[in-house]
Amino acid sequence: MTVADVYLQQIINGLSLGAMYALLALGFTLVYGILELINFAHFNVFMVGSFVGLGVLRLLGVMPGAPALAGVALVAVLLGTLIVTMLAAGLLGVAIERLALRPLRNLRGPAAMITTIGISYILLNVVLLSLGADSKNFPNPLPSWTMPVGGAVLRLREVLIWLVSLALMAILTWFVQFTRLGKAMRATAQDAEAARMMGIEVDRIIIAAFFLGSALAGAGGLMFGLYYNFTSYIIGFTAGLRAFTAAVLGGIGNVPGAMLGGLIIGLIEALGGQLVSASWADVIIFSILVLVLVFRPAGLLGRVAPNKS
Amino acid sequence: MPPDSGLLLEFRGVNTHYGDLHVLKDVSYAIGRGEIVALLGGNACGKSTTMKTIMGVVRPTSGTVRFEGAPIERLRTAERVRRGIAPVLEARRLFPRMTVLENLELGAYTRPRGPEYMEDLERVFALFPRVKERRSQIAGTLSGGEQQMVAIGRALMARPRLICMDEPSMGLSPLLVEQVFDIIQQINAQGTTIFMVEQNAAMALAIAHRGYVLQTGQVVLSGEATSLRENPAIREAYLGELQVTPAAG
Ligand SMILES: Nc1ncnc2c1ncn2[C@@H]1O[C@H](COP(=O)(O)OP(=O)(O)OP(=O)(O)O)[C@@H](O)[C@H]1O
Ligand SMILES: [Mg+2]
Repeated sequence: MTVADVYLQQIINGLSLGAMYALLALGFTLVYGILELINFAHFNVFMVGSFVGLGVLRLLGVMPGAPALAGVALVAVLLGTLIVTMLAAGLLGVAIERLALRPLRNLRGPAAMITTIGISYILLNVVLLSLGADSKNFPNPLPSWTMPVGGAVLRLREVLIWLVSLALMAILTWFVQFTRLGKAMRATAQDAEAARMMGIEVDRIIIAAFFLGSALAGAGGLMFGLYYNFTSYIIGFTAGLRAFTAAVLGGIGNVPGAMLGGLIIGLIEALGGQLVSASWADVIIFSILVLVLVFRPAGLLGRVAPNKS
Repeated sequence: MPPDSGLLLEFRGVNTHYGDLHVLKDVSYAIGRGEIVALLGGNACGKSTTMKTIMGVVRPTSGTVRFEGAPIERLRTAERVRRGIAPVLEARRLFPRMTVLENLELGAYTRPRGPEYMEDLERVFALFPRVKERRSQIAGTLSGGEQQMVAIGRALMARPRLICMDEPSMGLSPLLVEQVFDIIQQINAQGTTIFMVEQNAAMALAIAHRGYVLQTGQVVLSGEATSLRENPAIREAYLGELQVTPAAG
């Protein structure tokens, strides 16, 4: 591989990581946009999502080391796993909102945010205690198809992450822009009291935001497993923190911002790791976050003064 | 108690608190079908709180609120909108980053999309040709007058029986105020009852049938608009400008 090829390979890796971070960042942004709440439980909804994906794949008979699937069987297994994982993660998010956060809805101050940290730890420990601390091989039905791109290599798992993320982001954008519920979500984010007086049931909007955001985190968790071939109770922290950074970088509360921020963070991680060293990736990511917040506090696509009136 | 067919909205002995702050104090209003009723009063006397109590954003601590004879004080806001109450909010409160058309659509949130929806939209466009021209514009970039028209149009999209308007003249030039009040009269003539908070007492009493005067959360005066206009206390407190704007005559 030439130097250029090495960078090309890192761009491919970065776009894949970025697509995964974007999926996760959207969940932070959807909930923040409506409740102005940073939902740290989201970190481990992603982690639980990856275990759900693992479980579903096994139930469908895909075992680690089993022969790859092809054609209709492959598409059916992947699509089925994706849908079940997203539903399960979405319902987990709704349960968290309903059981732990709604009772705190009218409290001012950091109570709700601290509760989300607590829930995150509960999820982490439940998985740790019931499934163990060792990382698990992730069953992977993908054939080892590759395609040379210049001197770099594009694998099927990268193509899969891109396709799934693009499709989900396109569906989300369509939903938020054009459906009745999506418009009600935007209205609630812009002026919750006025939205309520239009007859919008704000509680339902909050549930929708948690469901959608958590379902996307579930998809992200499944992609993580298929990409890295493992999962573990610990994966939520690093990925979650980077995705949160992506959401802030893009402008928290802003849907296209979360997508852009995710891609940027993914590329920084891959290219920064190449330029300096992988162990410096987080230093670079968080330094850039600090710089952006100093010079553009609302994030790249955010509005400087959030218009809440 | 049998519903009085002439009454659309009734407050009876309503008290409202924000924590320890007692805002509405044993307030009663009676708004008849087809009326324009003005609610006058100085700053912070509880006018907007009255509107929020009608919409169910604030719950009364005691007293009853009836709409079409049925108590509504325990109903959720959405249910009140479905029964036919729509707001024109203080300072307009459009959804600033949505288009004019999306704002109008949200006004019809509780109603099905269908031929009636299209009729309502055409009616709003006929009433406000300017809103039709601007329908694709982002609401936050409209002028104040245009925003007020969209705010009124948004309320009409709910096909309400009662529109609660909170200071529709706020921040508008005298010419625009006159246009807005003309439109309010037209809407009323088409059969919609209007309960309107106003600081611009002269204009409000010029189009209203009746009025209430609220002072630190209590109704201190009420009656026909004509008699309120003649009332010396009102003339002094709210109609200081009556001599210079003969609009009331
Ligand atoms: N959400 C709230 N929490 C606490 N106090 C409030 C709240 N809303 C209003 N108040 C207080 O209640 C009182 C009445 O407010 P309200 O908005 O009803 O007045 P208003 O008559 O509409 O005044 P203005 O003419 O300035 O619009 C004020 O003293 C106000 O500060
Ligand atoms: Mg007010």
